Amino acid sequence: MRIFEYMGKELFSRFGLRVPKGRVVTTAYEAAWVATEIGSVAIKAQVLSGKRGKGGGIKFADTSAEAKKAARELLGMKIEGHTVEKLLIEEKLHIDREFYLSVTIDGGAKKPVIIASSQGGMDIEEVPENKIVKVHLDVELGIHPFIARNIVRRLGLDVGSRQGKELLNIILAAYKIFQEKDAILVEINPLVFCGEKIIAADAKVIIDSEALFRQKDIPYIEEQTEAEKLAQDLGISYVELEGDIAVMANGAGITMSTLDIIQRYGGAPADFMDVGGGTDMEATAKALEILLAKDPKVIFINIFGGITRCDDVAGAFAKVKKEHGIPVPVVIRLVGTNQEEGRRILREQGIEAYTNMDEAAAKAVELAALVPAGSL
Amino acid sequence: MAIIVDQNTRVMVQGITGKQGSFHTRQMLAYGTKVVAGVAPGKGGSKFEDIPVYDTVRAVLQEHQVDASVIFIPAAFAKDAVLEALEAGIGTVVVITEHIPVQDEMEFIAYAQRKKAVLIGPNTFGIVSSGKCKIGIPPNQFFMPGPVGMVSRSGTLTYEIAGNLIAAGFGQSTAVGMGGDRIVGLTFIDVLKLFEADPETKAVVLIGEIGGNAEEEASVYIKEMTKPVVAYIAGKSAPPEKRMGHAGAIIRRGKGTYEGKVKALAEAGALVAEMPSEVPEMIRKLLA
Repeated sequence: MRIFEYMGKELFSRFGLRVPKGRVVTTAYEAAWVATEIGSVAIKAQVLSGKRGKGGGIKFADTSAEAKKAARELLGMKIEGHTVEKLLIEEKLHIDREFYLSVTIDGGAKKPVIIASSQGGMDIEEVPENKIVKVHLDVELGIHPFIARNIVRRLGLDVGSRQGKELLNIILAAYKIFQEKDAILVEINPLVFCGEKIIAADAKVIIDSEALFRQKDIPYIEEQTEAEKLAQDLGISYVELEGDIAVMANGAGITMSTLDIIQRYGGAPADFMDVGGGTDMEATAKALEILLAKDPKVIFINIFGGITRCDDVAGAFAKVKKEHGIPVPVVIRLVGTNQEEGRRILREQGIEAYTNMDEAAAKAVELAALVPAGSL
Repeated sequence: MAIIVDQNTRVMVQGITGKQGSFHTRQMLAYGTKVVAGVAPGKGGSKFEDIPVYDTVRAVLQEHQVDASVIFIPAAFAKDAVLEALEAGIGTVVVITEHIPVQDEMEFIAYAQRKKAVLIGPNTFGIVSSGKCKIGIPPNQFFMPGPVGMVSRSGTLTYEIAGNLIAAGFGQSTAVGMGGDRIVGLTFIDVLKLFEADPETKAVVLIGEIGGNAEEEASVYIKEMTKPVVAYIAGKSAPPEKRMGHAGAIIRRGKGTYEGKVKALAEAGALVAEMPSEVPEMIRKLLA
């Protein structure tokens, strides 16, 4: 779960990191007022997008009138589909140098990794490899000052200097946030050297969604659509996509594969819906209703039943058809546990289920192509 | 032969009385797995389907010899259960539980390495040595003995491809689920090495998906292998920065893409299937 920059900075402050003086506002009037108080400011759109800078989401102002104008332009603006509702108004920093620091997980090494560079301010992917310091941590050992000292030294700073010591403390704190707050990413880019001080000018924090049950003090950020939330309450993984063929399958891998095959045959999937194993008829019926609510051209159900029972899936289909009607063509591939009963139920509904996934996907794409654009 | 588990493997089930644990214990027994004991704190002294249940892993080991443990414990308590098994010296631990916090996973995976234990998962379907032993949740009907080793990040996709292979006349030596999370214990390389050394396995099917770099790392070893590898990668059409079900199935900042994985695998000499249905034909040609 990504959190907003201003929330990340609140977290940083709590762990002793220096952040720019600033306030969160929701109106241009407030922005002007904060600018009067602070002076020259940076006005930063609060959106959960990695491309905020490039997307024009940061402006600078030297007067309150300028701040008001900039805030008016930013509020309501869309950056990568996210609408700007809040702005962070911060003191404009005098920048001597910009560093990069992050703590994240290296899946291959199965360990946390601290990544640092004396070339901050740009995407870390654009920094040459020889300018990046990477240190993997042993989780059983944890973080210690000597580990941070080595990073400081490798970044070319004097470990005995005031800045060296300050950076050491920042590294320790960043790791502590990562560990204690169940983060999967704590990124400070840039880490600004401003006179004697080092300030976290940006904060990108991603919290492990699986750990929210024990991170109650972190505000919950809704990134899901209404339909995605509905699905989640049913215990179903659902991601809305742009296409017009609604997809339901069981298992993450096979659902992904189903989308790939649809695309290969020239179709466009409307969603990723993994109903998992053992979803009962009630929940499957509700999941079908979620798909129908998006007015797809075709619904494609791909079930390879192991724990999922084919008769439950077919029963869910019959139930929704009876109660609400299903106005679009439905293609079903059904094999596995209780498949004979499942097929019999579908036959009663006038549907002959496929056994082969490729043939079924091809049929779904063919039917979708028959529906003229804009006819729904 | 098979890898990791066989007809002699003695299995303990942690969480044997829970909804998932009890259902899958019955399924494992039906498959012929030697389940010798169960753990359910507070229920020690009782029996489940004639299998003795104990309060702790240490209590089990006073009465039984155990080669492998399977974890059916809810995510919030899974770390405790995994560490308990590892601390007691269990050599193979299969973690079925999904939604475990990644900080917990890093901790018990590091501990497993220190104890030199094999940790499969988390968020895995488990492991099946066809006709000999099933530890985990795959439906019993999809695996039959044969020459193909399978290693995968996805459960249902493994059943789909195993089903297609059986229809084409090819059974499986062992099928191993690595798990769908960001970090996992046993990886592709570990399993590929075991298949390379296993006389029963003649060819390997590797089933990957977008996200992470496990397939790229596996490619380095595939180059050295004498046995042929057929790979299939799911998620070609997945948009970046969207988690496709599995915690690990996400393209972040341009890393973990379908194209990158296919390129690495193909350059290493693996045959890459574009659709799951193409796998059996590729295996047929390789084993002809």
